[in-house]
Amino acid sequence: MTTFRCPECGYIFSEKDGDQHEGYPPGTEFSSLPDDFACPDCSVRFKEDFEEV
Amino acid sequence: MKGYTGTLENGEAIYYCDRKRWFWLLSVLYPLQPFLGIWLHAETGNQAWLLLPLALGYVAAPLLDWFLGEDKNNPPEAVVLQLDRDRYYRVLTYIVVPLHFIALIGAAYWAGTQELAWWSFIGLAVVAGIASGLGINTGHELGHKKSRLERSLAKIVLAVPAYGHFWIEHSRGHHRDVATPEDPASARMGESIYKFAMREIPGAFQRAWDIEKERLGRRQKSLWGIDNQILQSLSLTVALQLGLIVAFGWILIPFLVIHNFFAWWQLTSANYVEHYGLLRQKEENGKYERCHPRHSWNSNHVYSNLVLFHLERHSDHHAHPLRRYQSLRHFDDLPTLPNGYFGMYLLAYVPFLWYLAMDKRLLALPHIAGDLDKVNVEPSKRKTLYEKYGQSE
Repeated sequence: MTTFRCPECGYIFSEKDGDQHEGYPPGTEFSSLPDDFACPDCSVRFKEDFEEV
Repeated sequence: MKGYTGTLENGEAIYYCDRKRWFWLLSVLYPLQPFLGIWLHAETGNQAWLLLPLALGYVAAPLLDWFLGEDKNNPPEAVVLQLDRDRYYRVLTYIVVPLHFIALIGAAYWAGTQELAWWSFIGLAVVAGIASGLGINTGHELGHKKSRLERSLAKIVLAVPAYGHFWIEHSRGHHRDVATPEDPASARMGESIYKFAMREIPGAFQRAWDIEKERLGRRQKSLWGIDNQILQSLSLTVALQLGLIVAFGWILIPFLVIHNFFAWWQLTSANYVEHYGLLRQKEENGKYERCHPRHSWNSNHVYSNLVLFHLERHSDHHAHPLRRYQSLRHFDDLPTLPNGYFGMYLLAYVPFLWYLAMDKRLLALPHIAGDLDKVNVEPSKRKTLYEKYGQSE
């Protein structure tokens, strides 16, 4: 289980916790997020911009 | 005045005071503008005073921006964290939320209880709508933040202008798609504000609805249930506006229709001037380049920024959407508006004058350098504009 961070705003996507509000249940792998996934907090960084923590 | 200490990269210690600190109270008081006209009407019996806020917005504001000019000062990065954590600034954005409700209720009370001529009735509804349009600005500042309190306040205040979908539409849609032909909230070169409004108002709602539908679908929740954030805000709007109709009579129906339209029109006007013609280029992978400060028109005009929570420092806002209003920066070589928003709105309402003021300014930007291929051009004006500026399509 890995954690990924938005380089713009610091939003954290943890595969362990997912993001309930956005509808990604715990255990969601980052790679399984949609290709056009945008940061839910700032929307100006995308899946490929996220950094592994 | 409160100061902040920090250390520059070269080791030099600095002490910074925010000269605008107390002036941000103007953004809190400005939405109360309907009461100025109501008070003068009550004092003198002359209904024309109800229209005074229109003169403040469309005559005094552009003149004040012109006379007071620009302020290009930035807070030093070394103190920005302290500035962001200073609760005073965010408390101002909390205080203004109930004031938006009070402004609408006060104006509705006056419209429903006074014998007004048709023109002053419409004028008061327009003034109330403009004040509630400022509520979209308040919701904008709050809605970009991460805290649950600020996001909840954003949804609450957006109920006043009946624009609850804005929080989703703006943060999740407009910021993602800004300065692209796909964005209904980015105006194209050669597109009048009236044509833009017909694309922006329904397009923004549709995008917000689609984003929320997708999110609720992932959560396996009903689109028509209490989890729908658009409906949460909209239900508060229905309660508020139905309550006003019940309290002050059927005359409030036309009042609220006019009010809602002019509240939305404030956002349409802001959206129109904020990204006119600007275009993010596509990269080799087919995706748009990331949003940079050059993808928004900026204004450093002092007065209108102080009454709009620094909204006009829009270039930094789009590049860094979570940055708080007191910390937004000016950069050199930005697309720069020649006046504050209120003056630019007036120009936009006369498309001929808008094109005259803006088209050459747009093409002269360093990253465009006269190349229409680097401009977001209105498709129906494409041929005309390419011919006018001597460029082959």
